[in-house]
Amino acid sequence: MTERAPTNPSQPVSARNGNGKPAQMAMAVENIVKRYGTFEAVKGVSFNVAEGEIFGLLGPNGAGKSTLIRMMTTLIPVTSGRATVAGFDVSKDPDAVRRVIGVIPQALTSDPDLTVEENLAIYAKLYSVPRTEREKNIAEVLEAVDLTKWRGAPTKTLSGGMRRRLEIARGLVHNPHIFFLDEPTTGLDPVSRIAVWEMLNKLKSNRNLTMLLTTHYMEEADKLCDRIAIVDHGNLVAIGTPSELKRGVPGANVVEVHFDRDTEEWRARLEKLTGVTSVQPESAGFYRVLTSSGSQTTMELVELAASLGETVTSLSVQNTTLDDVFVHYTGRQLRDEQVKPMMASWAMLQRPGDQR
Amino acid sequence: MNRMWAIVEREMRKFFRSPVLMIMSMMLPIVQLIILGNAYGGKIRGTHVAIVDHDGGPQAVKVREACDAVTANIATFKTIDYADDRTAREDVRTGKLDAAIIIPPQYSRRVYAQDAPRLGLVVDNSDQFTSGSIEDEVQSLIDALNAPVIQAPIVKTIALEVVELYPYVSYMKFLLAGSCALAMYISVMIGGGMLYIDDKARGVHEGYLVTPISKLELVMGLNIAGAIKAVLSGLSLTVIGSLMAGLGTIFHPMQMLELLVLIVGISIAFNGMMFLMMVRVDDPLVPRAMFGVLNTLLFFPSGAVYPIFAFPKWLQGIAIVDPFTYAIHGFKSILLKDGGFVAIQYDLLFLFAFGIGALLIATPLFKRTL
Repeated sequence: MTERAPTNPSQPVSARNGNGKPAQMAMAVENIVKRYGTFEAVKGVSFNVAEGEIFGLLGPNGAGKSTLIRMMTTLIPVTSGRATVAGFDVSKDPDAVRRVIGVIPQALTSDPDLTVEENLAIYAKLYSVPRTEREKNIAEVLEAVDLTKWRGAPTKTLSGGMRRRLEIARGLVHNPHIFFLDEPTTGLDPVSRIAVWEMLNKLKSNRNLTMLLTTHYMEEADKLCDRIAIVDHGNLVAIGTPSELKRGVPGANVVEVHFDRDTEEWRARLEKLTGVTSVQPESAGFYRVLTSSGSQTTMELVELAASLGETVTSLSVQNTTLDDVFVHYTGRQLRDEQVKPMMASWAMLQRPGDQR
Repeated sequence: MNRMWAIVEREMRKFFRSPVLMIMSMMLPIVQLIILGNAYGGKIRGTHVAIVDHDGGPQAVKVREACDAVTANIATFKTIDYADDRTAREDVRTGKLDAAIIIPPQYSRRVYAQDAPRLGLVVDNSDQFTSGSIEDEVQSLIDALNAPVIQAPIVKTIALEVVELYPYVSYMKFLLAGSCALAMYISVMIGGGMLYIDDKARGVHEGYLVTPISKLELVMGLNIAGAIKAVLSGLSLTVIGSLMAGLGTIFHPMQMLELLVLIVGISIAFNGMMFLMMVRVDDPLVPRAMFGVLNTLLFFPSGAVYPIFAFPKWLQGIAIVDPFTYAIHGFKSILLKDGGFVAIQYDLLFLFAFGIGALLIATPLFKRTL
């Protein structure tokens, strides 16, 4: 994919295919708004997603990612603006949208009392998959998510990772063109998470799927997504490929340093070093220094510490990561998640036997 | 329509996979039937009644002999001799005795002189059932004493000939109708109320809403499944309860058919009512909190445990719109009276109209989005 500088997020963005040519759009979102009373959860977001692309919505809790995905999957009505999925308007033709999409919600919603196959069969029927195709589709998706040998197992006996794979299989049982995944790896251990990533990449190439996923795992967005949009406070604050976004952050390297003794002067001293664009205090004596010249800054830093008689207990230099991009665009302030009014009472304790 | 049946299939698979709903829906009605059925409706026996005899004459002896006959036969009470009426009254007041019969001085003389002879009966009326039973027994004893020794050749008084249409109905049989309806109500409350909201809270409905299923298909699927569960609970309790209460209804195919139609009507009415109440509820605590209130509000005014005619007007008003009332009436008409479809036609009319009406109101209220 051609790398470009991050685009102005206020303008709709046309995706490009591997040759840098404009690609056919699988999804187009134009100035979409979601309002709950006076609270605006999504504030005029616009972007496009090309066919065959994996597009990530990245943002902190309460940023509006799930609201955005819910509007695009017809789960909640759009207040204003327009969103089309596979050419169908989500407000005017929701049924047509529902027929061409597969959705993996954030929660594990497969029925624990039913078997793997029964869960898939019920959803195949809900999508009106003909009886003749149903068996074949179920076998194929089970193979795709590596659950064939668990076909007859009760869902409640599956591990969290297996249940997530079942959710993915369920979303694919009607052969959708477009796949929505709302935080697909939340709550999974690292091994299961990597397995899900590999599976999604395989599905993308084998089934020519377009995917839109939300996540707050930077590594996930970096490894999976062709393009990423960063959402914060209901606004789209940046959009581009992972490389573009990283380049957009001032400072090509990150120097992480830990001093034996923390003093208030360190921040000011570090900011004066050559190439330094920003200094982020992490914890007592620990600083993340964004710099355009990692080697130069490191040398100066070591010399400075030696001249002051201070001890550096650890020092590392690395390239800018999506973490830095994320922090750059969304800030470091902790925020409480704004619970949507309609979801306020939906929190529920785990029930006995529930494998969530 | 296939989508609707997919919802029904999912619900029924869950239902049969986990028998908890079936067991829980029948536990309370069966326990109620056993405990209340045996506790209520029995005759009062073995109470303690003092006899204070200030007379000591032959007519006083006749009263004492009549009391002894009651003790020996129906055993409503046994007598204890007391010397003075003040002590007897105090013992009734403090609960040591249940009643005291006072035979005043000159009682025998007044009987012979036909000079308004009177006996006193002091009762503890804080317990209406016991005091009423003692009063009835003593009254029948007095009636016997008043009867002439030699009957007149021509009876001049009006006699009432009572014809009982049905064999003796024990309280357990009387209560069975209520227990069957209660089992169906609990099944609907758990299966159609609590599990419906729990599924909503767990995101199961979110999974449905992203599929092309229509609002009507979803509403009908959920309600058909709920009604089937209630029918199964109703039929199970009718069979079990009939056997426990000693009713042979279940061995008569025609009566079973009538019961089946009635149970289907009740299921639709209860399920429609529950769906209407829960259609906009999201909080899993709400149906749990409503359970007891609804149970009291709907079950007790229905005539299941006490006749509606005894209620004040406002309570009778609740009974008129309460689907439980028609369910109880229908069950009693078939289980106790073998009244046939004629006896339950208005019950069926109300129940089906109520259920369909509730669903017609609930469907537009059901939100196809979150």
